[in-house]
Amino acid sequence: MDKFEKLTGIAAPLPLVNIDTDMIIPKQFLKTIKRSGLGANLFDEMRFDREGNEIADFVLNQPAYREAEILVAGDNFGCGSSREHAPWALKDFGIKAVVSTSFADIFYNNCFKNGILPIVLPQEAVDVLMKDAEKGANARMTVDLEAQTVTSSDGESFSFEVDSFKKHCLLEGLDDIGLSMEKASSIDAFEAQAAQSRPWV
Amino acid sequence: MSPKTLYDKIWDAHVAHEAEDGTCLLYIDRHLVHEVTSPQAFEGLRMAGRKVRAPEKTIAVPDHNVPTTAGRENPDQMPEDSRIQVAALDQNAKDFGIHYYPVSDIRQGIVHIVGPEQGWTLPGMTVVCGDSHTATHGAFGALAHGIGTSEVEHVLATQTLIQKKSKNMKVEITGKLKPGVTAKDITLAVIGETGTAGGTGYVIEYCGEAIRDLSMEGRMTVCNMAIEGGARAGLIAPDEKTFAYVNGRPHAPKGAQWEAALDWWKTLYTDEGAHFDKVVTLKGEDIEPVVTWGTSPEDVLPITATVPAPEDFEGGKVEAARRSIEYMGLTPGQKLSDIEIDTVFIGSCTNGRIEDLRAAAEIVKGKKISVKRAMVVPGSGLVRAQAEEEGLADVFREAGFEWRLAGCSMCLAMNPDQLAPEERCAATSNRNFEGRQGYKGRTHLVSPAMAAAAAVTGKLTDVRELMT
Repeated sequence: MDKFEKLTGIAAPLPLVNIDTDMIIPKQFLKTIKRSGLGANLFDEMRFDREGNEIADFVLNQPAYREAEILVAGDNFGCGSSREHAPWALKDFGIKAVVSTSFADIFYNNCFKNGILPIVLPQEAVDVLMKDAEKGANARMTVDLEAQTVTSSDGESFSFEVDSFKKHCLLEGLDDIGLSMEKASSIDAFEAQAAQSRPWV
Repeated sequence: MSPKTLYDKIWDAHVAHEAEDGTCLLYIDRHLVHEVTSPQAFEGLRMAGRKVRAPEKTIAVPDHNVPTTAGRENPDQMPEDSRIQVAALDQNAKDFGIHYYPVSDIRQGIVHIVGPEQGWTLPGMTVVCGDSHTATHGAFGALAHGIGTSEVEHVLATQTLIQKKSKNMKVEITGKLKPGVTAKDITLAVIGETGTAGGTGYVIEYCGEAIRDLSMEGRMTVCNMAIEGGARAGLIAPDEKTFAYVNGRPHAPKGAQWEAALDWWKTLYTDEGAHFDKVVTLKGEDIEPVVTWGTSPEDVLPITATVPAPEDFEGGKVEAARRSIEYMGLTPGQKLSDIEIDTVFIGSCTNGRIEDLRAAAEIVKGKKISVKRAMVVPGSGLVRAQAEEEGLADVFREAGFEWRLAGCSMCLAMNPDQLAPEERCAATSNRNFEGRQGYKGRTHLVSPAMAAAAAVTGKLTDVRELMT
């Protein structure tokens, strides 16, 4: 997995609540058996018309935001389906961090498995960062995972919370499965005990 | 010992390893797999030279993509990309030696209907699947939730999941439901009350007389939509109804093991005085038959209400409501019962079980549909067979419904069953998101009885007007 340490980049404002994973990547693009190439269809139905032409006023089609690496979004980002295609599409497009007041649980976990940092901040902080993002390409935001801060283009800094284990994995780009397999003896022991106490499983 | 919630008890029984910071490896008893969210996980195993740790606890069934029309065993019936995904699942099931129900098997169906039906899902288990509606299995008092594909790979390789414990939330529905009010109305009403993020960070336990009174099918409907309220999982403590449902199913324990299981299952309830971090209480008699008007499952109102105006809301919801009302082609102040419907969809993991089909058939019986199209997609081949035996299929066919084969179908419209732009659907499924049932399609979520009522009148209808 790619590491996430510190990022300074363009932030795109998406001030809509309840952006669901069907919006992030519609179902017709889930028929792939690969993880790559989904960025072309990120936010497909908001970004393109039926003929495949760009919808000019959608934020990621505006010249200032085409190279965005951060999204600042409304409440409950990533709700709905568990599809990991949503973070795969964000990552493939180039988005490495998302800021919101809240994230849906499965999406939030999926981000960490793909080197994307979801950042939860209070409404007032998101409001400030949303305004900052609206300034366009010259306003670059900085996300520092080690320090757990997001800093607006004019230097206003906000601290965020992140689970220590998730932070460690993201900073180091660690493979979860490899880490868990190191604990195989604990899993073996659990299975042996469960075979006694719950043999019907 | 301090009193525990049901969630605490199941959690404690499954911790295989706990790190100092509270990060746990939670042991997984059942891993359900479908064709859309698993190919990349199996590919990951192959690339790392890993195998499936517990193939005997891993069950696969294709459901999301499969056509629900006759002759679908012929792969040429499927678009190429769907065919590739289903073929990949066929191959992965074979290569890794996991249980598998192909489309040609009568037991095939929606993964969350097949699991309970075959007795894979049992009280006190941990159940995961690369699908958010895994919450369904919580109806058995199993800790069940959706996971992403990376986590699918993690469970395949280690039979565990890296987890931190969620908080406890209690949703109590007191008293009795009024006639015409169903499990679907309960679960939608709860989301209407808490919002789609109200459960974020929690595992919900549903309790109270109205929940106890529900059948297992109804309880599955309630837990199914826990995810729509943002919760990691929904749970209902197992009771005699649960045990009766499970008893005799193909993969349920038998003989002495059944007795041993039962002894443990009977301890799976929340202890008196256990702590809940959040409590929501609704009176059963206050719940009306409801419909959704917008593009979020929290946009719930009684059928007797009118379309709201954006200014009725606060904060970010004002803009969301404006966008929803425009997308749905509605006018603030319009009566919900005046909204004309083009299509009716009865099915999905929310409402594709036999009781749902019975409730819909009861309303439809002897009548004709007044919509452009109406379809019933049973949740499994066995539900379909039972409905045919009970004569329900004939009731639907005679009324003008299409009687389909089992699958997810128009709930998420990955197969050919889709809405056209601006086509308006009364659906028994779980999501009314923009584009969910087809590009620019308009979805109103309802109970099976309400969907049936809409089918016969051609508009959203208070089912109580059709009940005799």
